[in-house]
Amino acid sequence: MPQKSLVLRNCGLIDPQDVDSYLARGGFEAMRRVQSGMTPAQVIEEVKRSGLRGRGGGGFPTGLKWEQTAQSPNERKYIICNASEGEVGAFKDRYILERDPFALIEGIAIAAYAVGAREAYIYLRSEYSHLAGLMANAIAQVKLKGLLDGGGQPLEIELRLGSGGYVCGEETAMMESLEGRRGEPRARPPFPPSQGLLGFPTAINNIETLMNIPWIIAKEADRFCEMGTPQSKGTKVFSVSGDVERPGVYELEMGSSLHELVHELALAGDVKMVQVGGASGRIVPADRMEVPLSYETVLGAGPVIVFDRGRDVVDIMYRTMQFFAEESCGKCAPCREGTQAMTETLARIADGRGVRNDLKALEQLSSAMMLMSSCGLGQAAPVPIMDSLQYFREEYDAHIRQ
Amino acid sequence: MTSGTSDARMEKNLLVLLERTRDVYGYIPDHAVIGLADQLGVPVVDVYAAATFYRALPLKPMGKHIIKVCKSVPCYLKHNQPVIDAVERGLGIAPGQTSHDGLFSLELVNCIGACDKAPAMMIDDDVFGDLTPDKVTEILAGYR
Repeated sequence: MPQKSLVLRNCGLIDPQDVDSYLARGGFEAMRRVQSGMTPAQVIEEVKRSGLRGRGGGGFPTGLKWEQTAQSPNERKYIICNASEGEVGAFKDRYILERDPFALIEGIAIAAYAVGAREAYIYLRSEYSHLAGLMANAIAQVKLKGLLDGGGQPLEIELRLGSGGYVCGEETAMMESLEGRRGEPRARPPFPPSQGLLGFPTAINNIETLMNIPWIIAKEADRFCEMGTPQSKGTKVFSVSGDVERPGVYELEMGSSLHELVHELALAGDVKMVQVGGASGRIVPADRMEVPLSYETVLGAGPVIVFDRGRDVVDIMYRTMQFFAEESCGKCAPCREGTQAMTETLARIADGRGVRNDLKALEQLSSAMMLMSSCGLGQAAPVPIMDSLQYFREEYDAHIRQ
Repeated sequence: MTSGTSDARMEKNLLVLLERTRDVYGYIPDHAVIGLADQLGVPVVDVYAAATFYRALPLKPMGKHIIKVCKSVPCYLKHNQPVIDAVERGLGIAPGQTSHDGLFSLELVNCIGACDKAPAMMIDDDVFGDLTPDKVTEILAGYR
């Protein structure tokens, strides 16, 4: 399947500092279509019909999330744009913001109209502080043009710069952070569409998800549905890094193969394995590169890290788990203690000081963490370790025998 | 940092107030922790708990420039260790320390989202990629 330019449709073709260049390329046509006679329910119906699912990794149907938020009985509602791209190997949201901040704002404006929100937050991770000026300028220009005034329901978009922390990308942790507290995830339910920011119904969406919205509304959901697989419609944007000749951002139709992305586009050489989805992503060994990229198979938020033959799997897994141990917020014990214990165990094995029981300990810790952790961080942290034990057990064994 | 309309509610948002404090002093001094607790009518421990959670809210004075070198896997694959060594050598400090002249603080951090130009680092808000030890020396000289 070929490369597609849907989310990245304007990247490199407009001036991110100038809203007029966005308007000249059909910007805010979707918003005009919405305002010239679509009810919020019709917008939601269109997004539902498109089959669009969350691009931050979760894959929750976007239209359904909006519908739940819209139907929650409260006058005040919020939209949050999750711009806290912190997954290891992820840089596609940065790439998008650098090149097309306006389509994101249009997506936010349509989302706000659909759910009935008059306030929206963009939560930008602190490491992207270099983009804060560009984003603030884009918001100001759109506002100045009166493009946020729509239908007697003006929208305020506020940009918030995070203060650091991977876990703040988790949606309820992000809300805690926006409210001014430690960015620790909340117990769920209640889910954000019923009780989110400050207790009000909130739809929180990833940048890439929102970038799809103007396209879907302007071109109609049917055309979006034509792309992809039964459960994964449209395209996906990936950021490829590691052992490749051409690291970078690529947009492919859903269902394209990992081989196409990694070998044909990023020009990988002698691959040992690929991690799809960042630090907590699945491990795909070299003999399974034909796997299609989709929610049904393997996808994640977009990061794709390539490892060539020469890489030591145990060393990589040790470094991966060390990341989680550092980024665990510490609120729940399975994650706080589990990531620490797994880091120590993996360090020992990598060092040649491992014992046979260590592999069993890794497996037991993994199942406890997956089952008992209170948020996605702890639940997903063991995923690559378990995958690597499945595909590269002999490498662990070799370290232990040393 | 906020832009656009500043909500009145933000005047009571602890994190926003801590960020403003940091912007004034360069860090969060003890007296500010106590002062904010007083101002908001919350226990000191609540303010301290929030401040210690966030990496960008240091509780001790930092250098004029904060250097964050990425140590995550994509940068590791692109040989970040010689780069880290070059930064340490160039500044004469180890990660977590501030240089004696107060010019630089050094941190090793997780993914900064610049993996397409790994190995990468940030100095304040600027990102530098495709680093080599020589390039590091050159960049650091520009800040002196």
